[in-house]
This record gives sequence, structure tokens and C-alpha cells, in this order.
Amino acid sequence: MGGYGDVQLLRDDGLRLDGRKLDEMRPVSIEAGILPAADGSAMVTHGLNVAVAAVYGPMEAHPRKIQRQDRAVIDVRYNMAPFSTGDRIRPGYNRRSREISKVTAEALESVVLVERYPRSKIRVEIEILAAEAGTRCAGITAAAVALADAGIPMRDLIVGVASGKVEDTVVLDLDKAEDNYGQADLPVGILPNTGEIAFLQMDGDLSPDEYNLAMEYNFKAAAEIHEIMVDALKRRYEGGEN
Amino acid sequence: MSNGQNGAEQRLVTPGMAIGPSAGIRVGSGALAQNDTIIATRLGWVKEFNNTVSVDPINSAYMPRSGDLIVATVAEVRNNLWFMNINGPFQGLLPMSLAPWKVEFGAARQHMGIGDVVLARVQEVDECHNVVLTMKGVGLRRLTQGSLHSVPINHLDRLRGEGNATLQRLRDACDCRIIVGENGKVWVDGDSEGTAWARQAFDLVRNSGHKDTFEADLTALEKNTPKKGDA
Repeated sequence: MGGYGDVQLLRDDGLRLDGRKLDEMRPVSIEAGILPAADGSAMVTHGLNVAVAAVYGPMEAHPRKIQRQDRAVIDVRYNMAPFSTGDRIRPGYNRRSREISKVTAEALESVVLVERYPRSKIRVEIEILAAEAGTRCAGITAAAVALADAGIPMRDLIVGVASGKVEDTVVLDLDKAEDNYGQADLPVGILPNTGEIAFLQMDGDLSPDEYNLAMEYNFKAAAEIHEIMVDALKRRYEGGEN
Repeated sequence: MSNGQNGAEQRLVTPGMAIGPSAGIRVGSGALAQNDTIIATRLGWVKEFNNTVSVDPINSAYMPRSGDLIVATVAEVRNNLWFMNINGPFQGLLPMSLAPWKVEFGAARQHMGIGDVVLARVQEVDECHNVVLTMKGVGLRRLTQGSLHSVPINHLDRLRGEGNATLQRLRDACDCRIIVGENGKVWVDGDSEGTAWARQAFDLVRNSGHKDTFEADLTALEKNTPKKGDA
């Protein structure tokens, strides 16, 4: 029956409301280098989510008090456009965007070789143009592609992906209804080549077995998204040889 | 295949992608050794030379080196020095003792203000990435006319060509003075038509500098060279 109240999130045939299987991801498409003014940029369309990321720098960090003598600072600004959801969002920074900016910056700092650029700043702007659950993951994925496009040295391309639990069933890549009425949400930032986790949050409760299954789904999806990221970067420079 | 590496394998890699085993191979720039494997840290082309594997990045920030000729912009002025934007991760410092004028303490603003553009040389880069510039030298000066353009650092070689041949072609085609800074800033001085044409050429370098079609595109652009002496 329904997960919370009378909302039914799984169909009688075992599929989800949008017809996806439990371990099926929403369609993902990525385009790199969409903003000519930025040093690097990318647009990620993940289901109905649209995230645009722009990277500027590395540049001199201002004000000087934010400089770190041994590494670069990654300054992330995540923002949802007022028109990104059905109900208009009040423009500007809020608690949620501040939190997501912080966790995204920390996730990216673990991947970017920040020690190469001491005293400098790498500015990452993430703008969510359309939101349908999973915007922080789409934002992280977009930021990773934009950083690579900007030529920032990194250990890996971090992938943002989420799974969760609805009606006591673990599912991959929650959509809006599943996110709102489901029982748990587990967004992670995965480094596909090394299998490391650079970012993990959990909302709700998962048993150890459910957690393991959710992570299995996440790793599988991360590998798929990583291929799309690599393809997007290669497509941008196809036909090119230095 | 490549214009620069005849017969060599060209492979585009993304950060984190395995290039090959690290045993017996030296790791160059744009790559690092991790668990007996060399992985790329940048988006770019794999280069193997002298038993060293490196990644030639498609995009990168300007990293100043001693002796570089650069086009810099004044970002801040103090009593006895200027902080210059050198289009890199770090600002350059131009002390009044290395300016081409005799500057009294406190009079730095009378010589150059924020936004002024200069042709300078990198005097010194220390291990803390402090960059000291100098304007003492032949041709180093404040640029008071002309226009400033940008070209990706990694396409500077394409812009210059073998022995500056391509750059000379551009100069001849647009009849402008062109100075290419190592920091990707290009100064152009000439009439408006010539400058507009040069700007198109820089756009071509920016958008097609990494492509095989660059040479053909540039030749096509040269056919639209502004005609001289029509006035």
C-alpha cells in the first residue's frame, strides 16, 4: 500500500509510478562547455532536473582572509532559480542552498588537486533551472564536468547519484513523489574509478541490508553516469587533436 | 593524425582515467601514479616522450614562469607597488623599483591606475608562488592604445605557429601590431577593420585551435582580409 498516508508509489506490477524498474535511473544527458564566458561549464539534464554549472578560476582569492597558504579554496554557490519548481521559490540564498553549497564544496575539495594552486580560489556556480528531486546530485555531476572542462586537475570525475526507500522497497534515483512521500533518501558523491565516496547524506532510516542495496544501486548508476560525463567531454572536443 | 606528432597515438583522457601501468615509466604533468597505474588528472591528450607519460591539457590556467613576457592589468595600487592581474591563479607584484619610471614613495597612482594595461616580464616566481614582475627591459611599457584580447593558453602555439609564422601571417593580414603574452592576453594595435579581423582570428583560435581544420579555417578567413589602401 502507500508509503506515507494514501500515496501509492509502487504499482501492482512492481514497477514505479513512472514505469521505471526499481534499479532504473531517469534519463541523463550532459553537455559540456555551454557558457562561453566561463572557464568551464556544463549542463546536466537528469530526468526533469536541469542543472547548469560554471567554473571560474583558479583566481586570486578575495577577500585575502579566505586564502589558504597551502591550497586553493573552492567556493561553491548552489542556487535554485525561482521558476525551477511549480511553486515559485523566493530568490536568493537560504538555509538549504547554503547547506548544499557547503557539502558540495567539501565533496569537490576531496577530488580537486587543490594543493596545486595555493592562495587561490576556484569559483563554482551551480544554478538549478528545473527541479524534480535530486538537484544536489545533478549539481555535483554538472560541477565535475565543468571543472574538467575548465582544465582543473582532479583525481577523478565525481558523480552525484541518489537512491532511497519507498513502500519498504529500495529504489534508485527518486523522483519528486518518491522523494516527498518516500521513507528514505541516500544521495552520495562517488568517484567511479576508485570506488571512493566523497559525499554522503541520508534522510530517513535504512536497515544495513537496505543501505547496502541502496549503495549497490548507487555505484551501478554512478558507472552509467560517469560514461555519459566522459562522452560529453569527449564530444566537446571531438575532431580535435593538439 | 596530429600535426605535431606524426604517427603518434592521440588519446583523449578525462580526470581519473587510467593511462597505463606505472612500472618503469616516469609520470609527467597532468598525470599521477596511483596503485601501480598512471591516471590522468586533466582533460587532455596523452603524450609519451622520453619514457615519460604526461597529459597535454585542453584547458589550463596560466602558471607564470620566470622570463615570461606577459600582458598584465593593474588590479590594485599601493604606495610603492602595483598588484597586477596576470590572468592566472596568483596576482603579480610590480614594485616601484622595477617600474620604468622614477617613482617617489606614495606616487605610484600618478603613473598607473587600476585597469591600466602593461607589457611586462616575469622577474621571479618563488616556491610560494609569489610572482614579481618587471617593466625594466627593452619594449616593456605601459600600453596606452590598441585593444586587449584573450586566447586560451593551450592554443598559443597554434596562434604563433612554427617560428611565429602564423602570427606573422595574422600581422600581415590585418596590418596591425600584435603582441602575444604568455598569459593568453593578446594586445592588438591598428585600425578598426584590422582589429576586427584580428578578433575573428582569435575567436577561430579559441574555438578551433584544437581541431585539424584550424589551418583550413584560417586560410578561409584570410580571404576576408580587410583591404588596405581603399580609403
